[in-house]
Amino acid sequence: MGLLNKLDAHVEQFESGNIIITTADKLMNWSRLSSMWQMFFGLACCAIEMMATSASHYDLDRFGIIPRPSPRHCDIILVSGTVTLKMATRIKRLWDQMPEPKYCLSMGSCSNCGGPYWEHGYHVLKGVDRIIPVDVYVPGCPPRPEALLEGLLKIQEKIRSQSLAKHEAKKI
Amino acid sequence: MDINEIHNLLKTVFEDAIGEVKTDKPVDPYIFVEAGKINVISFFLRDEERLQFDSLSCLSGVDYDKDNLAVVYHLYSFALNQKLVVKVLVPKSNPVVPTVSDVWATANWHEREAFDMFGMTFEGHPDLRRILCPEDWEGYPLRKDYKVQEFYNGMKVPY
Repeated sequence: MGLLNKLDAHVEQFESGNIIITTADKLMNWSRLSSMWQMFFGLACCAIEMMATSASHYDLDRFGIIPRPSPRHCDIILVSGTVTLKMATRIKRLWDQMPEPKYCLSMGSCSNCGGPYWEHGYHVLKGVDRIIPVDVYVPGCPPRPEALLEGLLKIQEKIRSQSLAKHEAKKI
Repeated sequence: MDINEIHNLLKTVFEDAIGEVKTDKPVDPYIFVEAGKINVISFFLRDEERLQFDSLSCLSGVDYDKDNLAVVYHLYSFALNQKLVVKVLVPKSNPVVPTVSDVWATANWHEREAFDMFGMTFEGHPDLRRILCPEDWEGYPLRKDYKVQEFYNGMKVPY
């Protein structure tokens, strides 16, 4: 399973097998970053790249990232594409329905800052960070699957550095 | 029938309601029509034996000039393989056009889009609501004097 490799430091293994000792943080973080379930929705052309990343060639499933149809199942929201003002209220609602801890990845120029619609797009929200907090921005128009994967790995890094106690403190 | 024959035919039936025909290249030739009569004329265009415009390819709104909005009807006849462009002008002060959604069902959503973007009212339309913008949107975005609103539902709109 590679569990021992992933937990690396602070792991003690006994020769008789079946027993390991580690910290609660390490174990929690490992399990959370290995099953980041993804809020399943695409907004524009970035969604095509997101689907390509999910498909067998880039295979998001190997990171434990699988799309879910309900925000209540999800740990991460991939905002992939142009956020219109009409859609923005829906995204806010979906985000509010996701259980903590949750993460947001903004994919592509449109959801980072409005993209090509920054000046004359009367109907476009100029950056999804105006309504929900964003953890990682992936630049590109649209970003290649490799770029999206790197963004997801950045979120994994972020989860790896968290601790249960610190997370509680952050909430306040 | 070519554009001039169609124009002559319409002229004999509707007389003053039919304006001039424009054949300036490179756009397709078009005929101006009195706005208030567009519904009656559309029924004629569809049902007349020699015209048979059975399909409305596109209905678009235009911010035509300082005082006028326009509605442009692109018609096509599958039966006779001919096309026609009809335009009507309406003043911005009172932009009312009779609907053609009872002539071609396609017009229903097209008229809603024109209403959404330019704000002309289609009299007799069965369900004239905004189709693209949210229902509580202010203003008509494709008008040339449109100014984007500062905030929408608490979200800042300009960059």
